[in-house]
Amino acid sequence: MDWGFIFERTFSTMIGPEVVIYALAALGLNIHFGYTGLLNFGHVAFMAAGAYGLGVSVYYFHWNFWIGLGMAMVYSIVLALILGIPTLRLRADYLGLVTIAASETIRITVRSRVMKPITGGAEGISEFSKPFYDLSPFDLGKFYKFGPFRYLGRDLWVLVVGWTLLILLTLMVQQVMRAPWGRALRAIREDEDAARSLGKNAYAFKIQSLLFGGAIGAVAGVVQVVQKGSIQADGFNPVITFTIWMILIIGGPARPWSPIAGSMIYWSLIIFVENVLRQLSPQTRETLESTIKLSDINIGQMRYIFVGLGLLLLARYRPQGIFGSREEMALDDR
Amino acid sequence: MNLADRPQTINKIFVFALIGLFLGLFGVSRVSADDADLGISGQLKYKSSTGETVFVSGATVSVDGLESVTTDEKGSFRIPVPGPGEYRISLDTASLPDTVSLKDATKNFLNVNLSTDKDQVVIFSLQDGSAAVASESRFALRRVVQLSVEGIKFGLYLALASVGLSLIFGTTGLVNFAHAELVTFGNLMGFFFNYYGLAGAIGFLAPLPAPLGSGSNLIVAAALTMIAGGILGYGLNRFIFRPARRSGVSLLAQMVMTIGGSILLRYIFLYFFTGGTRAYRSYSAQRANEFLGIYLTPKDIASMIVCVVILLVIGFGLKRTRSGRAMRAVSDNRDLSESSGIDVEKVISQVWTTGAALASLAGIFFGLDAVTWESGFRVLLFVFASVTLGGLGTAFGALFGALIVGLVINLSTLFIDVELKNMMALLVLVVVLMFKPQGLFGRKERIG
Amino acid sequence: MIANYSPTPGVSKNNPALVVKSVSKSFGGLKAVDVQHLEIESGVITALIGPNGAGKTTFFNLLTAFDSIDSGSIQLFGKDIAGVASHNLAKKGMVRTFQLTKALSKMTVIDNLKLGALRQSGENFFKSLFTPIWSSQEREIESRADALLDRFNLSHMRDEFAGTMSGGQRKLLEMARALMTDPQILMLDEPMAGVNPALTQSLLGHVKSLRDEGRTVIFVEHNMDVVRDISDWVVVMAEGAIIAEGTPDHIRSNQVVIDAYLGVHHDRELSHDV
Repeated sequence: MDWGFIFERTFSTMIGPEVVIYALAALGLNIHFGYTGLLNFGHVAFMAAGAYGLGVSVYYFHWNFWIGLGMAMVYSIVLALILGIPTLRLRADYLGLVTIAASETIRITVRSRVMKPITGGAEGISEFSKPFYDLSPFDLGKFYKFGPFRYLGRDLWVLVVGWTLLILLTLMVQQVMRAPWGRALRAIREDEDAARSLGKNAYAFKIQSLLFGGAIGAVAGVVQVVQKGSIQADGFNPVITFTIWMILIIGGPARPWSPIAGSMIYWSLIIFVENVLRQLSPQTRETLESTIKLSDINIGQMRYIFVGLGLLLLARYRPQGIFGSREEMALDDR
Repeated sequence: MNLADRPQTINKIFVFALIGLFLGLFGVSRVSADDADLGISGQLKYKSSTGETVFVSGATVSVDGLESVTTDEKGSFRIPVPGPGEYRISLDTASLPDTVSLKDATKNFLNVNLSTDKDQVVIFSLQDGSAAVASESRFALRRVVQLSVEGIKFGLYLALASVGLSLIFGTTGLVNFAHAELVTFGNLMGFFFNYYGLAGAIGFLAPLPAPLGSGSNLIVAAALTMIAGGILGYGLNRFIFRPARRSGVSLLAQMVMTIGGSILLRYIFLYFFTGGTRAYRSYSAQRANEFLGIYLTPKDIASMIVCVVILLVIGFGLKRTRSGRAMRAVSDNRDLSESSGIDVEKVISQVWTTGAALASLAGIFFGLDAVTWESGFRVLLFVFASVTLGGLGTAFGALFGALIVGLVINLSTLFIDVELKNMMALLVLVVVLMFKPQGLFGRKERIG
Repeated sequence: MIANYSPTPGVSKNNPALVVKSVSKSFGGLKAVDVQHLEIESGVITALIGPNGAGKTTFFNLLTAFDSIDSGSIQLFGKDIAGVASHNLAKKGMVRTFQLTKALSKMTVIDNLKLGALRQSGENFFKSLFTPIWSSQEREIESRADALLDRFNLSHMRDEFAGTMSGGQRKLLEMARALMTDPQILMLDEPMAGVNPALTQSLLGHVKSLRDEGRTVIFVEHNMDVVRDISDWVVVMAEGAIIAEGTPDHIRSNQVVIDAYLGVHHDRELSHDV
């Protein structure tokens, strides 16, 4: 058992790229669900919109990277409008249905043969991120080590930019929610009729919420594909959406800093457990394999089983997560 | 006698059934375990012009310097290799049937590197290159009729899966996002019962005659699967959602619970069943016969007939039997039904049980084409579209919605690529929600 | 003086706040509301009463745009409002409360009140990003809110979640919050429903003070004591139509009204033949 390795991996993960990406995504979902009560079960679609907004612009239209970033925002806006306009006048469940449908449809469509010239089909897009890395002050191929943390220069650059974005956007969310805009949103979340009787256009607020949260989701998607260096349709699957949900609920919905907290907790825990499992002695591993089928491949699946079970239990017993308050919870009995 | 009065017995039965189910899942996983030696394996299959998965049997696959094998009736092959290292595996394109060809003709071989002590799976991408279809015009009547029949078949299966979802919503207000996993459950359990019988996974019982051991006829397996599905549905309501309702957990939270449940179930299925595609023991590779210009396998026809019969029985049950009418009443107006003396909790329990049993049955029907861990998830969007089109909360609405969705989806391939079928489901959803959100048969108050 | 109007259904008023003409609403073949002509005088308290199923709630929802009319016209202070969305009515001077109180329990009392203010620049997403743009308006809103809390004796609950309040306190909260919109006309949906007698007196006092401030009040109510106590004018509905209008005294002795409540043949002896 190489505990040094395990702890290095765990600490590096705690402030690493996955945490940043998922915290950004959860920040967007927090606006949708935490602050507005919108049931967005397809958040990964916004990440895909951001990623492909960038990718398609570079790969198909041959525009430059920076315009691609702008297009990432445009794609997410369009998606939010397509999803929101038909459903936001209706019950919450309908948005849930439509968002699940949309995220899977986008994934399948984008990876299809038909779309290959535009989106790269199943192989995806891979030559687009150079302009970003050219700006890096770090040596991309070198390993940087400080304390228990160890990163490749390339990843370090992503982290610097990513964390900056994450913190700025979190502060922005905090600001907006403290303002009357956020107050109106919370009222609509609890009781739309009451809000309307006081002059608030519930529909307009919900659309704005969907747009704002979606745009942040798109930022998460962009950071993800820039870090990976490639855009692949199957990387935007539903399990990601529900991992984000779990992260949001762990931290506690409707609190500005809980996406970051939830993301750090989730990823540290998962990486820690997975690394411990992988480092068990061969005998233990064999026993585990023959009894509960825990092979190397299945360790990865356990992560998803954990997400499903975690979501179920959290929603049932502690929907306010760690930092939320029960009285404020949109999930509590209305 | 009210079932709720006998919690002890019910608990015991449920726990026993649950143990049995898990043992079953273990058993299923054993099917894939080959011998300890190393090999390269794969499965030859492709999507036909109508979107169905077809296995290619009788094709020759070989590894340089080693033996060659022919694919079995499920299109599967496996070539043992002496040890880790690099090998070149190739497909003899001349051995493919006339109606099939490689997507990329230059990719008839693959270089494979075995370094771990596990089999390496390879994929040869095939496509439907049938001469008959290529020479046929896109909108030929034959094709339209073929697609319509396939659409109705798909719609019939969807109908079985959708009724339960619609009624669960109607009676409890909950959209059960995990409903598709009940379909997968049926899909996989059918496989288990088909191959192992009721208790065949418990080694020493295997030699017993069917249906206890050594596998059973698909019909029997289907019946057992429906019972298992019903038990699962009953358990979900009794032990998870009813206590949640009693504790005042809001509908929003319950919906998140169903989402969590769907992920949990899906990945448990993947964990035990692994990612491959399998087929039921009987009825798997059938040749399509021509009926009046349409290609249908005997199982297609049989399953459609059986499905129609079952749906008629369901329709009759909903209209004529007391429980059926109670289900519709509660689904339509819960408070009114309650004040009329209907035991709403009992109705909810029945809805979950029968809804899950029907979804499991749908899973068996889908399993006639393929048995996979994501068989339910693949049809999730179509089930949602059906239920929304028909009207959330209406039983008959769900049935009609499903048939229409099945037809529309299949006929849409006349105009758009087969791979984009899912987009049609989303389109149906969006269009319905924009113009008639309560669906064809739903009531307007359910929406705002 | 309101008492000078002739007690006939549809009688014109000098200074009507609301004018309703030929408004109808049907639900699947059943006509729930069919009001030919109704004028509500401004600056007075008008009660809307009628037996169960008379269509009062539906009519109320039509007036407040929480439901849409099938035909006809509604004018608020001379301006047509049919088709105006419910959230825009507050800006036109109309606010409503709900029978099942909608105190936002997951927000504090002071936030509930601050929510009620109209035309808040901070409610614009982009403006909300910069505190200086909306902070002085927010301070003004907060002082108005505190004044209202004082008036309704709720100041001690200022920073509590509304969910911790008793039912009666929530009623007061809802009324105070409605006043934050500085309405010309208040539509109260069964304001005394489920309220204990002591609190009822307090609420009645507040409603009267609203009128004394010059605002118009319309309320739906079943409690006849309340109706007699504070209404200046009473409108009676039955089977979707206005069957009577008048002062409380007029209505009390109006045979048409009595028949509607008790059933047409209530005073006849039961017999086999007609």
